[in-house]
Amino acid sequence: MGSIKDLLRNNVRQYGMLIALVFIMLFFQVATGGVLLVPMNVTNLVLQNAYVFILAIGMTLCILTGGNIDLSVGSVVAFIGALSGTFIITLDMGVGASIALVLAVGLVIGVWQGFWIAYARIPAFIVTLAGMLTFRGLTVFMLKGLTIGPFPESFQQISSGFVPDLIGGEESLYNWTALAAGAALALLFVLSESIQRGYRRRNGYESLPLPLFAAKLALTVGVIALASYWLASYRGIPVIFIVIGTLVAAYSFLTTRTVPGRYLYAMGGNEKAAQLSGIDTNRVLFLAYVNMGMLSAVAGIAVASRLNAASPLAGQNFELDAIAACYIGGASASGGIGTIVGAIIGALVMGVLNNGMSILGIGSDIQQFVKGMVLLLAVAFDVISKRRAR
Amino acid sequence: MVGNILEMRSITKLFPGVRALSDVNLSVRRGEIHALVGENGAGKSTLMNVLGGVYPHGTYSGQLVFEGEECSFRTIHDSERKGIVIIHQELALVPYLSVGENIFLRNERSRGGVIDWDKTHRDAAKLLELVGLKEGTRTAVKDLGVGKQQLVEIAKALSKNVKLLVLDEPTASLNEDDSEHLLGLLLDLKAKGVTSILISHKLGEVVEVADSITILRDGATIETLETSSGDIDEDRIIRGMVGRDLVDRFPRREPRIGETAFEIRDWNVYSPLSPDRRIVKDASLTLRKGEVVGLAGLMGAGRTELAMSLFGRSYGVRVSGSAFKDGRPVELRSVRRTIDQGVSYATEDRKTAGLNLIGDICENITIAGLGKVAERSVIDRDREAKVAEDFRSRLKIRSTSIRQKAGDLSGGNQQKVVLSKWIFTMPDVLILDEPTRGIDVGAKYEIYSIINQLADEGKSVLFISSELPEILGICDRIYVMNDGRIVGEFPREEATQEGIMKCIMQSVRENGNGKH
Repeated sequence: MGSIKDLLRNNVRQYGMLIALVFIMLFFQVATGGVLLVPMNVTNLVLQNAYVFILAIGMTLCILTGGNIDLSVGSVVAFIGALSGTFIITLDMGVGASIALVLAVGLVIGVWQGFWIAYARIPAFIVTLAGMLTFRGLTVFMLKGLTIGPFPESFQQISSGFVPDLIGGEESLYNWTALAAGAALALLFVLSESIQRGYRRRNGYESLPLPLFAAKLALTVGVIALASYWLASYRGIPVIFIVIGTLVAAYSFLTTRTVPGRYLYAMGGNEKAAQLSGIDTNRVLFLAYVNMGMLSAVAGIAVASRLNAASPLAGQNFELDAIAACYIGGASASGGIGTIVGAIIGALVMGVLNNGMSILGIGSDIQQFVKGMVLLLAVAFDVISKRRAR
Repeated sequence: MVGNILEMRSITKLFPGVRALSDVNLSVRRGEIHALVGENGAGKSTLMNVLGGVYPHGTYSGQLVFEGEECSFRTIHDSERKGIVIIHQELALVPYLSVGENIFLRNERSRGGVIDWDKTHRDAAKLLELVGLKEGTRTAVKDLGVGKQQLVEIAKALSKNVKLLVLDEPTASLNEDDSEHLLGLLLDLKAKGVTSILISHKLGEVVEVADSITILRDGATIETLETSSGDIDEDRIIRGMVGRDLVDRFPRREPRIGETAFEIRDWNVYSPLSPDRRIVKDASLTLRKGEVVGLAGLMGAGRTELAMSLFGRSYGVRVSGSAFKDGRPVELRSVRRTIDQGVSYATEDRKTAGLNLIGDICENITIAGLGKVAERSVIDRDREAKVAEDFRSRLKIRSTSIRQKAGDLSGGNQQKVVLSKWIFTMPDVLILDEPTRGIDVGAKYEIYSIINQLADEGKSVLFISSELPEILGICDRIYVMNDGRIVGEFPREEATQEGIMKCIMQSVRENGNGKH
C-alpha cells in the first residue's frame, strides 16, 4: 500500500493537470453554449492539433535526457513539407515512395543534429537553434519562396481522411466501425488488466485494491466510450487519429516498460550516475535526437497533408507549442521527469484553450497571452509545490 | 551576562509529519569552542538554521537570546548583522570570482557605489594573513583546493566582525594537514575572543579542540559535556549519541579466504587534465575470495583514481597495465563490460555520482542490472519491484516504500540503496569508495555488517576509506597508497594506526605527496 501512496505522490502533478483539463473543458463547454464538445468540433480539435501531439512525444524524450529541447522541429516540419511537395507535385513521384523518402530524410536530420549534440557535446539549444535557421533557409530556397499545391487525393487523406464505415454503411446515424473499435479497445483493456491483476495476486506481487482497480477500469472504459461516441457521431475515426494513437501507445510503452526508456530517465536524473551504472549516455542522447528527427518528419507529412500545400511559412512556432505541451504536462526543465501521457494532456490543454477561445471569438493576441500565462502558472505551481514539500 | 553569548531555550521546530527539534536547549559561553555532535538527522543543522534565521522567527517555538538580548531573526542577514556567521558544508563562494571579491561579496569596499579595488584587495590581504592563507587575493576561488576555500569562507566571516562563528562539518572533505591548520585557526580565533560552534562527525578533533560538547539525539538535547572535567573521550561521546554502549563498533567475522579472485599488475593512469602527469604509478594488488581488503591513504593519494580507472576507464587517460579475474586476463574497457565481468564500483560521492536523486528506490536499485529483470529489453516491473522489496527489507532501507524518491532518504539509507544497486549486479569483486562517509554511527555498523555478509558469500571487497579505525576494524589485509603508488601492505594482525601512518609519512618524505 505504501508504494501506491508514493506512486500517487510522485505523479500528483500529472493528475493535477488532468483535473485542470477537465475543468477547462467544462468551462468552455458552458461558455460556448455546448459547442466545444459537439462531435464535429471534437474531431476538428484532434485534426488541428495532430502535429502538436506528434512533436510533443519526441520532445518529451529529448527533455527527459536532461532538459534538452529541440528548437528546429518547426523548420524541419516545413522542410519535410517542401520536400514532399517537390517530390510529389513537382517531380510527380509516387506518394508511398515519397513518404518513405522524406521519413528517411527526417532520420538523417536527426542523425546530423544528434551527432553534434551527443558526440561533439555542443549544447542542444545551440545546435537546434542553428537547425531552426538552416532548415528554414533550405525550405525557402527549395520552394523559391512560393507555396506549391495541391497534393493528390491519397496524400490529403493522411490528415483529412476517415476510416470508411464498413459495418454501418453511408446512411446510418452513427459510424458503427468507430463504435465497434471503441468497444474492442475497451474490452481488450479490461481483459488485459484483469489478467495482469490475477497474475499479480497469484504470484504475490503488489496489486491495486479492488475498489481502486474497479474505478480505474470504469474511468478508462468511460473515456474510451465517450471518445468513440464522439467520433462515431461525426464521420468516424480520422486516419491521423490512428497514427497518433499508435505513437502514443508505442512511446508510452517505450518510456515506461523498456530498458532504453528507463535509461532516458536515469540519464536525466543524474548523468554521471547513469554513466557509472554502465549506460552509454552519449548514445541515449543521440538516439533521442534521431527519434526527434523522425517524428518531425511524420509531423511534417501530417501538416503538408492538412494544408494541402507545401508552404515556406509552414511550421512556425511549432517547436514552442511542443515544448510548452511537455512542460504543462509535468516534464521537468532539468530532465528525468515527464511522461508521454503528460505531454498529450499538456497538448490538449493548449488545444482546448485555443479552440474554446476561437469559438468565443477571442482574438489570437489574447489567446497567445492566455497560453503564455498558463504555461508560466503551470510550471510555477509545480516548482513552488515541490519546494513546499521539502 | 558575561557568561553566555548565546542561549537557545526550548526550541521546537516542526516539519510536516516530523518533529525535527523538541525542546532543545543550547548555551554557549563567551569565548569558547562549543562542539555540537549527534547522528545524522539528530537535528544539528536544523538547530543552526534556526540560529541563523534560515527558518524565520515564528516558524519555530522557543527563545533565542544572543548577547543578552532576545532575537527574532527573519533572514540570514538579520543574524549576520548581529555577528552570527554560519559556514555551511557546501561552501557559498562564487567559483569564478576572485578571493577578494568573494570576501567582500554583498559587503563591497566602495565609495559612492563604485568599488574601490585597491581597498578591497588590501583589506582582503590582511584577512588572509589572519587566517594563514598564502594566496593572492586576485586568484579565482575555483583554482583553490577545498581546504583553502574553507579559509576564504572564514576570512569572509571575519570581515563581517563575527562574534559567533558556526562551522558545519568544516573538516569533512579536508586532508589531515588542512584539518590541522583549520583547527589551529579556530584556537587562534578563540584567543582573539571569537566564539565558535563546531559541528563535526570527527570525534577525535572534537575532543581535541572543544571546551564543551552538546550532544543531540532524535531532535532533543541529551547532555552537555565539559572537556575540562578530563574524562571525556570518543567512546563517552558515542555513548551519548547512540544512547547505548557500543560494545563493538565493528561487527565480527570469521574470515574464510579462498584463492585469488582479482589481480592487477603494473597499473598506470595519467591525468586527463595534464596527460603527462602520472596519477597511478605501477600499482599492483590482489584480492582473494571472501576477503575484505582495505586501501588506506591520504586524500589525493590516487585511490579513487585507481578504482575508477579500473571500472571501465571512468577516470584517466593512457591507462595501462594488466588485470586478471580468476587467473584469466580481462579487458575492462567500458563500464558495462566491467560490470558484466563481475567487477562493480560504488562511488565515494553518492549524491553527485551514485544515485538518481529524483528517481525512486526501485529504479535506483535495478539501473545497473536491468537486464536481470528484463526480457528482450522489456522490463518485468513485477519482478523488478520484488527485487527492490527484497533489498529494502534485507538491507533495512528505512523508507515509506520502494517508490520513495532516493533524494528524500537520509544519508545512511541512500548509501544502502547504492550498495543494493551494486549487490544486484552480482559482482565477484566489489570496490567500495568511502562507503561510510557522512553517515551516522548506527548506519555505519549496518554497512559493515553488509560488507561482512558479502565476504561470507565469497565475494572480494576492496574497501577505500580515509578513516583508519574503520579500515583496521573490518579489513583482513590493508594496502597503503601514497602519491599514486602502493607503498605498503599489512595483514590484519600486524596493522596498527601508527604503523600505517608511519608508512605513509615515510613515503611522503621519500617522494612527496602529489607534488610532481
